[in-house]
Amino acid sequence: MLGALLALISSGLTIIYGTLGVLNLAHGAMFMLGGYAGWLAYSYTGSFAIAVVAGAIFVMVVGIVVERVIIRYFYSRPHEDQLLVTFGLGIVFVETVRFFFGSLSKAVPPPPFLAGITPIGFMFYPTYRLALLGIVAVALLMLYIVLYRTRIGMIVRAGIEDSVMVDSLGIDVDKVFMLVFGIGAMAAGFAGIVNAPVVSIAPDVGEAILVQTFVVVVIGGVGSFPGAVLGGLIAGQIISITSMFNPGYSYVMLFVAMTLVLVLRPYGLLGTAGRE
Amino acid sequence: MLRQRPFLVEILSAAGLVVAPFVLPYLGFAPTTINRILVWGMFGLGFDILFGFTGLLSFGQSAFFGTGGMVAAYLLTVLNFPYVMPSLFVGTIVATVIGYLVGLIALRRTGIYFAMITVAIAEVFFFVEFNPLSDFTGGENGLPGVPAPALYLGFTTIHFNTDWTLYTFLAFWYFVGTVLALRIVRSPVGAILRAVRDNPMRAAAVGHNIHGYKLTAFVIAAAYAGFAGGLLGLMQGFMPPDAFMFDTSGQLVMMTAIGGAGTLFGPLVGATVWLYLHDFLQATLHLGASWKLVLGLVFVLLVCFLRRGLIGGIEDLSALLAGAKKKTEPPKDAPIARTTAEDEQKAAVLEVARQPAIAIMPARHRETDRKTGPILQAKGLTKHYGGLAANSDIDFTVDHGELRGIIGPNGAGKTTFFKMLTCEVKPTSGQILFEGQDITGKTVTDACQLGLTKSYQINQLFNRLTVRENLTIAALAELRGKFRLDLFKSLRGVSNLNEQVEHTLELVDLFNRADTPVSDLAYGEKRRLEVGLALATSPSLLLLDEPLAGMSPRERIETVRLLKSIARGRTMILIDHDMDSLFELVERVTVLQEGRVLLEGTPDEIKGNSKVQEAYLGGVHGVLAAE
Repeated sequence: MLGALLALISSGLTIIYGTLGVLNLAHGAMFMLGGYAGWLAYSYTGSFAIAVVAGAIFVMVVGIVVERVIIRYFYSRPHEDQLLVTFGLGIVFVETVRFFFGSLSKAVPPPPFLAGITPIGFMFYPTYRLALLGIVAVALLMLYIVLYRTRIGMIVRAGIEDSVMVDSLGIDVDKVFMLVFGIGAMAAGFAGIVNAPVVSIAPDVGEAILVQTFVVVVIGGVGSFPGAVLGGLIAGQIISITSMFNPGYSYVMLFVAMTLVLVLRPYGLLGTAGRE
Repeated sequence: MLRQRPFLVEILSAAGLVVAPFVLPYLGFAPTTINRILVWGMFGLGFDILFGFTGLLSFGQSAFFGTGGMVAAYLLTVLNFPYVMPSLFVGTIVATVIGYLVGLIALRRTGIYFAMITVAIAEVFFFVEFNPLSDFTGGENGLPGVPAPALYLGFTTIHFNTDWTLYTFLAFWYFVGTVLALRIVRSPVGAILRAVRDNPMRAAAVGHNIHGYKLTAFVIAAAYAGFAGGLLGLMQGFMPPDAFMFDTSGQLVMMTAIGGAGTLFGPLVGATVWLYLHDFLQATLHLGASWKLVLGLVFVLLVCFLRRGLIGGIEDLSALLAGAKKKTEPPKDAPIARTTAEDEQKAAVLEVARQPAIAIMPARHRETDRKTGPILQAKGLTKHYGGLAANSDIDFTVDHGELRGIIGPNGAGKTTFFKMLTCEVKPTSGQILFEGQDITGKTVTDACQLGLTKSYQINQLFNRLTVRENLTIAALAELRGKFRLDLFKSLRGVSNLNEQVEHTLELVDLFNRADTPVSDLAYGEKRRLEVGLALATSPSLLLLDEPLAGMSPRERIETVRLLKSIARGRTMILIDHDMDSLFELVERVTVLQEGRVLLEGTPDEIKGNSKVQEAYLGGVHGVLAAE
């Protein structure tokens, strides 16, 4: 379950990095923004569906605005500057939310028909968590379809390979970049709101998610969509299994897995040498 | 400036530290704030060596800061170890060792991977500190009761237990930290770290073990972090667990970026701004928790508009003012407009003829120079890229003292061939012998250390350094070997360094441009420096990949003249498309076509060969004959 969620967030991070070459350190904050936007929509309308749509759309808009106003001027600057500026943006997002809504956590209840628990074989499981698995799987599938079965997706994938070439083929890379940033941000925002009923949201929920996402991406291979999915599932399994014994060690195990991958396959499980 | 007054920076920083407690309180700084600035400044000294000088942006410094602090605090509180400074040093050593181990993992990758891995590692430390090790570290309570440092002088004991006495203690150690950091930055290692930042690939190619140097920088940063962590515990009388938090690393990165990376004092300036704003926004403007929002916004704007931080901004401003004064003088040698390439060529010939001939510069002799017989042998060298064969089954031998040319149409595999010879690319099959030694599968760094290097087809320079510094980097590799930890040695202390750099400067005719940054050079000058970088490692076999590429006719003539003087007493292999120049320079020519050796012979034999003409003209003769 957590694995699927991580896979979704990591895909967002990885398609942005793959296409634009920018590692978005504000990605965790965008996850958090999705949760808050959804929570706000929910408290006005009482509809979970509207909350999900609002969360995803709002973060996509934020992503596009940020890309247009700031990030696009950083494509030609060194990676370090990109890291610094997105890191700063992340802080601005988190602190803005804290300013308006305080540090206390907020809860979004799952829709009524998904509340309660479902017996699965030997144990009971919260219904929403099961549904979430389905929701995230559908989202990943949609992302897959967009990336691999549409014209835009083809351009994005070509952009991951060689954005200069795509540009010189007469495709307006600028617009594609904007869209990619929006879609990547939306993946984080969507994950943020659908996850809200599971863990209550607070301004700094994004930080832990960001770190886990990094591990996922390093394991899977940066810039690789299948790698992000695979890495997400692996990381999710590691955290779930370790948590059964001792939650304190889940990070340690995650780190051990990352180290193993780095030693054995420095470019990630499904990554290829090239981009640094 | 540094050259004339070697201790100027040290003296100024000592003076600054003495004056600060008398001035800063009037500007609204509380004594604890000033002490805090020093701790962050100390933390930042190491980080700036890692980020500003080596170009490695780590978001995981909190791991070492926390470790150093916790170990020292644990010794002093739980174990009741009575000596403050030894505890601090033990903490530092533990942090250093951990830094080494973490560095081994994190430095397997560079760029954004490195940043991501450091974040993940730091987070692991945070969790370990909070959960499995909370019995030792106090978990979320931290370790209270860290004693204040004291100095026993025999007749009396000084207790550093008030804010201002603590200031003298911290200022002393900050000064020591600064002096050490300045030594490191000015040492050969410091020069190489900057080269690694600017162009890691070339730094490796001129013969430096860049992984070792990166690890060195990482360990230095960890040591500073560990020591600063210990100071934090002493200063507060309490070791807080949040030293381990991601926020700590982030704050350090932001302070350094605000102050200006690559200056050593950037973090101190950044910390001053940061903590002042923190106090000011909270206490004076009553913004409460939202002070961080304001700082975040300030930071984003700063990264957008003042990329080199405050110190960089001040430098740029003063350079701008100085530049504005200079501009009133008319430029001395305004370029003369030339109409055609032919005119230019004529002018060049005339001009070159007017100049006195360059004094002959004998090559620095290695023992091998007097040898005869083959210096380099390639047997059955093959390289496949997927299904594409770039080179197939090349046999190639060059003798000591020979000047060899390689020609071939575009795509003939010349550059791939060179890359295999210098061990930059691993051959799919085949063997390379250099001076009788099998070097197949060695690294480019090792090949260069053995005396085999090349200049690149596309300039690979250290762009933020001056011409002299560029050549120094290359010469250091030959003089010091691929890795040496002379962290506290001055560059001037490296014997023969200056001679070798000056010698190379003359060889490539850049003596007048020695102190110009590479980014300000003209293209032709950069091209000569490219050759110079390879030359400065005093190779016994020098490979030049299209040294004349992209030059104007005039620059070509000058460069050919230089290459002739360089060639005396050396073994060289040249690739170029300018046949006239190449045939003038070399004794034998190898022709490559479609990844194979087509022909080998003297320039005259090659010129008249019909197969060569066909290779270049694609059988035009045949077509013409048929018409």
